Amino acid sequence: MLEHYLESASTFSGDIDNLIIMVAVIVGFWFLLAEFVFIGLILKFKAQPGVKAKYVAGEDPKEKRWVAWPHYATLIFDVMIIVAAIRVWHHVKQEMPPADETVRVIAQQWAWTFVHPGADGKLDTADDISVVDELHVQKDKTYHFELLSRDVLHSFSVPVFRLKQDAIPGRVIKGWFKPTMTGQFDVQCTEICGIGHGIMPARIIIDTPERHAQWVAANTTGGAAPQNAGGTK
Amino acid sequence: MIRPIATTREATGMPTGRLAVWWVIASEIVIFGGVLGSYIMHRLGHPEWANQSVHTNTWAGAFNTFVLLTSSLCAVLAHQAAEAKDGKKAAKFLMFTVLGGLVFLIVKSFEWSHEIHAGYTLTSNTFWSFYYTAAGLHGLHVIAGMIIMLFVAADARHNRELQRVENIGIYWHFVDVVWIFLFPLLYIAK
Amino acid sequence: MSAEAHAHGHADGHGHHGHGHHDEGFIKKYLWSTDHKMIGFQYMFTGMAMALLGGFTVYAFRMQLAFPGISVPGYGRVTATDYNALVTTHGSVMIFWVAMPVLIAALGNYLIPLMIGCDDMVFPRLNRLSYQIFLISAIVLIASFYVDGGAFGGAWTSYPPLSAKAEFSLTPKGSTLWLLAVALEFVAFLLGGINFVTTVMNSRAPGMKMFDVPIVVWMIIIASILFMASVGPLVAGAVMLLFDQQLGTGFFDPAKGGDPVLWQHLFWFFGHPEVYVVLLPAMGIVAEIITVFSRKKLFAYKTVLYTAIGTGVLSFFVWAHHQFIAGIDPRMANIFSVTTLLISIPVAEMCFVYIATLYGGSIRLTTPMLWALAFIGEFLLGGVTGIFLGASGADIYFHDTYFVIAHFHYTFFPIAFIAVFAAVTYWFPKMFGKHMNDTLGKMHFWGTIISFNFIFIPLFVLGARGDHRRIYDYRHFPDLMKPGMQDLRILATVALLVLLAFQVVFLANFIYSLFKGRKAEANPWNANTLEWHAPSPPPHGNFPEGLPTVHRGPYEYSHPDRQDDFWPQHLAGDARSAQS
Repeated sequence: MLEHYLESASTFSGDIDNLIIMVAVIVGFWFLLAEFVFIGLILKFKAQPGVKAKYVAGEDPKEKRWVAWPHYATLIFDVMIIVAAIRVWHHVKQEMPPADETVRVIAQQWAWTFVHPGADGKLDTADDISVVDELHVQKDKTYHFELLSRDVLHSFSVPVFRLKQDAIPGRVIKGWFKPTMTGQFDVQCTEICGIGHGIMPARIIIDTPERHAQWVAANTTGGAAPQNAGGTK
Repeated sequence: MIRPIATTREATGMPTGRLAVWWVIASEIVIFGGVLGSYIMHRLGHPEWANQSVHTNTWAGAFNTFVLLTSSLCAVLAHQAAEAKDGKKAAKFLMFTVLGGLVFLIVKSFEWSHEIHAGYTLTSNTFWSFYYTAAGLHGLHVIAGMIIMLFVAADARHNRELQRVENIGIYWHFVDVVWIFLFPLLYIAK
Repeated sequence: MSAEAHAHGHADGHGHHGHGHHDEGFIKKYLWSTDHKMIGFQYMFTGMAMALLGGFTVYAFRMQLAFPGISVPGYGRVTATDYNALVTTHGSVMIFWVAMPVLIAALGNYLIPLMIGCDDMVFPRLNRLSYQIFLISAIVLIASFYVDGGAFGGAWTSYPPLSAKAEFSLTPKGSTLWLLAVALEFVAFLLGGINFVTTVMNSRAPGMKMFDVPIVVWMIIIASILFMASVGPLVAGAVMLLFDQQLGTGFFDPAKGGDPVLWQHLFWFFGHPEVYVVLLPAMGIVAEIITVFSRKKLFAYKTVLYTAIGTGVLSFFVWAHHQFIAGIDPRMANIFSVTTLLISIPVAEMCFVYIATLYGGSIRLTTPMLWALAFIGEFLLGGVTGIFLGASGADIYFHDTYFVIAHFHYTFFPIAFIAVFAAVTYWFPKMFGKHMNDTLGKMHFWGTIISFNFIFIPLFVLGARGDHRRIYDYRHFPDLMKPGMQDLRILATVALLVLLAFQVVFLANFIYSLFKGRKAEANPWNANTLEWHAPSPPPHGNFPEGLPTVHRGPYEYSHPDRQDDFWPQHLAGDARSAQS
């Protein structure tokens, strides 16, 4: 349903979509049922001359079950949703599968700096590639990210991955993703961060390993860090 | 103005004024709870703040605790006098309570000026930010209590509104209890 | 303010206890009054004026979203700075200066003494002070638009460090004025809340037991207690943020040993109960209206009460669902996901009870009844969409998207507007002694309800497609400019314009009815609660024939032993108890 509107490009984006669909089916059913009963009652019991309303206190268990049964149903479906939600949450936010590569994401007013590990696959070495507003990753590799902020709160959101995480100054927040398709997509800042919040777009470029290797090679010259666009290490 | 009939009703069995004081205290508890809860969370995360809190003057804090407790005792005696319809005596004890508050503030101002001179100001470290903010908020409550108490005492002297002697007393005990929490958290924990 | 005054003041029968207030001057009567009804009107009219401000801000920024870059008629070009200030003001105003004053302060002040059968609040002067502080807070907020740097633009949640440091927010004075305004508003409502709670606890009419109190009064009291219990930490937080802004402390500054996330905890510890602070009075209004117009006893009075209390208690344990992805320990999200979904149970139960009340009724679709029913119908959608956000796994995607906006507007719009329109159309005859025009009322109802859905259903879709919040121009995001997305934004904006236009119908009806409306008798709806025993409008002191005594519960409609289909609470007679 969702992927019809927005590509599903990470290993867990499908899980999140399925959770959303599950919730939609459950609450959609109950919502429609409640509205149906509600509107039905209004139409059925419209005032008619000479017909007095019933006198129902609603304290008798026999009457109360009209409320009690839906109440228990709510509880049961709540539990189902909770279980599904926590499973997805645990997978996305609590588990960290081993990384093939780690990238550093630095947010500031109002730009993103993405530090790629370069050819040696390690951060904080001479061949790191820092790029402003462009994150280059490869399909089918597991990435860890280290999220930092230089000033205020920001939020690193990649809608096609269904991934979102706030950046907090003074902390390094870790997370992961694994792209499953190639293409170029939006990265957004989704936490208000001042007057430039609306002009803080970035792009994520997911390539095949070969094309990605070409990009790394093109941006590496003999061990030096050429494109030090973000002004970071 | 004449009181509305509403004010004179007592469906709970508790006079309206006293009931309201309890609600005031309830809402104050959560305010101080917010400050102290934030402080405790930070303190647990920053064991190194112990190096700052050694510079607080525990003896001055202890003396102030004693002063406040004594003033609370005076507030109790004022309430007893008010129960006995002895407005003059109640007013006298209320004035003693105010005096206690005054001593508390004087000690506090010596303490603070000493600390500020030593370089421990509101902005020097977040421990000191909490120290001045929490104690300052408490100090404002002491001042407010003293001012109200002067008005209550002025009425009580003429045997008017004696029920207010108890109400302001309850408030004063609350201010006292807040200090009982502040003292160990800011002074003793080192 | 003089308009309602005419209608209000003409039946100047003075209270039995003789305040001797007949000849007071204009200022004393309308601006310096201690009468709970007048203070209620002051709150109501201030709230309505602030709603116009809230409406104007949303008009300006929705126009910018639909037609980016145009010069908005009546405003001009909306820059990024303007946009942030407009959304911040819209959010703050609608919650703190519209929903709170109208639902709790205005209706609480007006209804509590009348519905519990006494002559005024227990502390009339405290009440006056509460309104005055509230008025100052509104003025301070408006003033923040005219200082250097303009109004605060860091969203109504005001997260530091953005809100704490002028170098980040670029509104050195606006952020402090915003904070000051909010703090003053809290003080006003604390004073008001203490007054409400004390009044209801101590000053009920003789014979009015706990379960004879109308649900709306219960709800306002529970809401006031919730407010008192939750706002304290945020008051403390506001002091700390103020010091960070103006004195250079570092409570929320990681570089100085502070923690920005602390503010989020303090804010949402208040912010989530706050949702129920405004929801419960709205639910109370609906309970009064659906019982009167379906001529039914409220289904399971005590259950409603217990679910309200249960909701209130649970609401203190859900706050971190606003912070799932804010960098808190991910394990905490699991706990808060559970509590958040659990709170759906009492709230859903309350809706079920209201629906069950309709069963076997004799339903009259008057204008207030239409509003009350619409509240239930619309709020249900707001409620169920909350499940998506409470489910932590789904919230990773939905957090801070337009889905959230659509969700909480499906709760807040019914609360702050639908329920308020229900209340105003229902109690208007009591407040001003005149009937509102029914044709205009129904026109306003259908115009508002239909356009409301056309605003927010597109926003659900946009949110699901990835539109995130507080962006002044989506053209910077290629994925958010896919075919159809801008059309949905335009649809929402056009629907908003229609909705705003229909409010003119309401204002016209209000003013017209105030002067030219059909005169209303004391109890035009044949309702049971005590306020309908007082004359319309009630004079100073409320009950010129003496304060009433209560003999039964508030919802004895269509009792089988009675000829009439209603049984007012104050009538003496067979004391068959309300709980039988």
